[in-house]
Amino acid sequence: MSVLLEVDDLKISARRDDDSLLPIVKGVSFSVARGDVVALIGESGSGKTTIALSALGYTKPGLEFAGGEVRLEGEDVITMGSDQLRSLRGQRVAYLAQSAAATFNPALTIGEQVTESCVLHGILNQEQANERAETLYRALELPDPDRLGRRYPHQVSGGQLQRLMAAMALCGKPDLLVLDEPTTALDVTTQIEVLKAFKSVIKQEGSAAIYVTHDLSVVAQIADHIVVLYAGEVQEHGSAEQVVNQPGHDYTRRLMHAVRPPPAAGQGDESLSEHRRESPALQVKDITAGYGRKHNGMPAITVLRDVNVSIERGHTVGVIGESGCGKSTLARVMAGLLPAAQGQVLLDGDELQPALQKRKRSELQKIQFVFQMADTALNPRQRIDHILGRPLGFYLGLKGQEKRRRILELLDMVELPQDFAGRYPEELSGGQKQRVNLARALAASPEVLLCDEVISALDSIVGANVIELLKRLRKQTGVSFVFISHDLSTIASFADEIVVLYAGRVVEQGTTDHVLSPPYHPYTRLLISSVPELRVGWLEETMQTQEAQAGIDRVVTLTAVGCPFFDRCPLAIKDTCDRETPPVRQLSAGHTVECHRSEAEFMQ
Amino acid sequence: MSDITQSNSQTTQFDELPDAPPKRKIKLSWAGKTGVVVLIFWAIIVAIGPMIAPYYEGDILDEELFMVPGGDEYPDTDFQPPSKIVYLGTDYLGRDTLSRILYGARTTIGISFIATLWAYAIGVTLGIAAAVGSKLLDMTLSRLNDAVLAIPSLMLALVMIAALGSTIPLLILLTGIIYAASVFRIARSLGQEVMVSDFVEAARVRGEGLWWIITREILPNIAMPLATDFGLRFVWIILFISALSFLGLGVQPPMSDWGSMVKENLPGLIYGSIAPIVPSLAIATLTISVNMIVDDISAHSGGKLAKRMIS
Repeated sequence: MSVLLEVDDLKISARRDDDSLLPIVKGVSFSVARGDVVALIGESGSGKTTIALSALGYTKPGLEFAGGEVRLEGEDVITMGSDQLRSLRGQRVAYLAQSAAATFNPALTIGEQVTESCVLHGILNQEQANERAETLYRALELPDPDRLGRRYPHQVSGGQLQRLMAAMALCGKPDLLVLDEPTTALDVTTQIEVLKAFKSVIKQEGSAAIYVTHDLSVVAQIADHIVVLYAGEVQEHGSAEQVVNQPGHDYTRRLMHAVRPPPAAGQGDESLSEHRRESPALQVKDITAGYGRKHNGMPAITVLRDVNVSIERGHTVGVIGESGCGKSTLARVMAGLLPAAQGQVLLDGDELQPALQKRKRSELQKIQFVFQMADTALNPRQRIDHILGRPLGFYLGLKGQEKRRRILELLDMVELPQDFAGRYPEELSGGQKQRVNLARALAASPEVLLCDEVISALDSIVGANVIELLKRLRKQTGVSFVFISHDLSTIASFADEIVVLYAGRVVEQGTTDHVLSPPYHPYTRLLISSVPELRVGWLEETMQTQEAQAGIDRVVTLTAVGCPFFDRCPLAIKDTCDRETPPVRQLSAGHTVECHRSEAEFMQ
Repeated sequence: MSDITQSNSQTTQFDELPDAPPKRKIKLSWAGKTGVVVLIFWAIIVAIGPMIAPYYEGDILDEELFMVPGGDEYPDTDFQPPSKIVYLGTDYLGRDTLSRILYGARTTIGISFIATLWAYAIGVTLGIAAAVGSKLLDMTLSRLNDAVLAIPSLMLALVMIAALGSTIPLLILLTGIIYAASVFRIARSLGQEVMVSDFVEAARVRGEGLWWIITREILPNIAMPLATDFGLRFVWIILFISALSFLGLGVQPPMSDWGSMVKENLPGLIYGSIAPIVPSLAIATLTISVNMIVDDISAHSGGKLAKRMIS
């Protein structure tokens, strides 16, 4: 195979205020052969995106090439002038950004945007481009390829948009594709479908690709070669099988270690009976909630329907589901940020006011909310000691020395150095900010912590560290957790009980062991089978299964009647599942599912 | 404690990498630096102008000053060219232009500055109230604001001054109210943006009151863009007051003011006098220098600010 792209001793630096250079990429070399997929893997800050962008002769503002060459078919792209770069980009090298939703212009049709660049470059005329786009829609298994081009971005799902972005990049038949974390923001079920489409289309088109990600299990599915990066240096470089099966470098092993094992029964921590009392710490009963103007007591858009969850003292309840299923809404109802339309929230057996403003300060103190994005949840203008000190003063009335001492204790608790007290949030890394975010919630000495996707925005290694911290805090403090995530592996390793939400309904609920072992609700089964395994060839195997065939690529619909999972369910019964609300069944193992099918039928 | 040390030793080997390089401090370009120098110059003039002025602002200079041996016994004192006696020449009544510029700096900049402060006091208070308040309050304030914005500002000022007479307090009051409308829009949109951020939500979940949220969470986060806008708004108010003076409705004689100086001396252009040019230059240098600084700062904040301020 001929070499398409050669990166030779590439050095990229950032210019500091005093005009000195800070090396970001420190002499990286690798090559991409025609038809090959090379994965760049590493944590954020490892320089993987910076390196990938250099294939387009581009650096982010503030960065500059400091040495080395990036040769595309022997031509150095770093030294190219802007005219040459213009014809290079989009024509010979195409870039796929992380968020398709942010890349598409909502005011233009999909077809216009997919074909724009290749028509602009004069590769194809508009008619040819439209044909080409249609071929690509078919190859990417997008629905309704004949008419898709005339639709607008908001009319298709997130996974479909991500694939459309691939169509946009491939339309001009580029030699090289640069994919920057194209599946990171997606749900597991969507991720599978996108990965599969990418893989087959790359093979069909015979184009080469650079795939940037921090997720080793994804890489194992799609890459031929893997380059492991840390702090701008190559740590390990080899074929996918070699790196996955016999990692040679410590850092690679650490990355592997951070990949959570596939969800399985028997991982959940034992419940701590010592903290148990009669009434659950927090309970929601028959909650129906949603957004929009209320009509007859029901909101315009109902997000949650008849949800019952109870959190025992010292227990962790994991809430799982795809984006849009109402996980975060449930947490917001508990915290009082979104008053429920119907149903009750009980704290220690006492009913709470639905709206936050009417709850007492002591009640607020007991339920603390940990926000998903630590970046935005910490006020950038407040120092860490101020951020942590406020709940101490507000709820506990601590002042002066006492408050100071407690702040330092909290920093210790979340394993941060004490001198962080004087820093501002922007001086901290993502993982450190998330620790501060946790410490702020703990400062209130709560009884229930609502953790909304607290590790989703973090890299695998950093995320794994935060989970370890949470486990330790749970033991130390006996706090109950509501742990919301779309990542089943994380929940499996952390929660005592699991609540599976689908389109605002609880479809399965029970202890971790029971939920994660058969019999499964069909949706739980789909979720479990969609979690990528760190194994070459997993994707091909999974795509053969019945769940994957039926479940992928459907838009979730919120319905008032029948089972919302109806049109994705391999076990669906026509005229029953789409008309009647499924009954709640108690399975022999002791947990509950909401389904028309019986236990025996699940096992088939 | 044992598991703390253990996990620490685990992480030391490959330290967590920082998210992004630390934020750069604002670095002014040469244009911004020039702006600062000019601005400092005018600030000094405001402070000491009347002290270093060779004549009083209302003084009509004596003919004897301009007498040339063997020349006309009664020379014209108006529109004298620059000389050793009057460095920047005289105006249409024979007053020293330099002295009037030095006195006028205090009037023009002073009135504009107080008017800007006043506009900010009204605009920010109501803007934040609209941002954090109920939908009804927001609607009411915003529609009222639209109404003020819909009236041509110069017309409004002309009518009011014509009815109530031109005094400096009225001038400040009016200008402040007129410009409060655009400040309101910016403060409201900045406030709304911060209001929906996670850290404000975190404060609300904690049970914080509105006052805390406004003073501790919102204001510190919008202070910087507001300060930048303050500079720009200040410039527009200078131009506005100069325009009013030019129309004869602003600062009244014998007080000097740059805008009225341009107006009074306009006929001088026919005689090639620099009397109308000098105050124009003073207005231009001051406003352009503030603009250059504001541009620099807003370029640093990603241009987002600049977009919002076009209103």
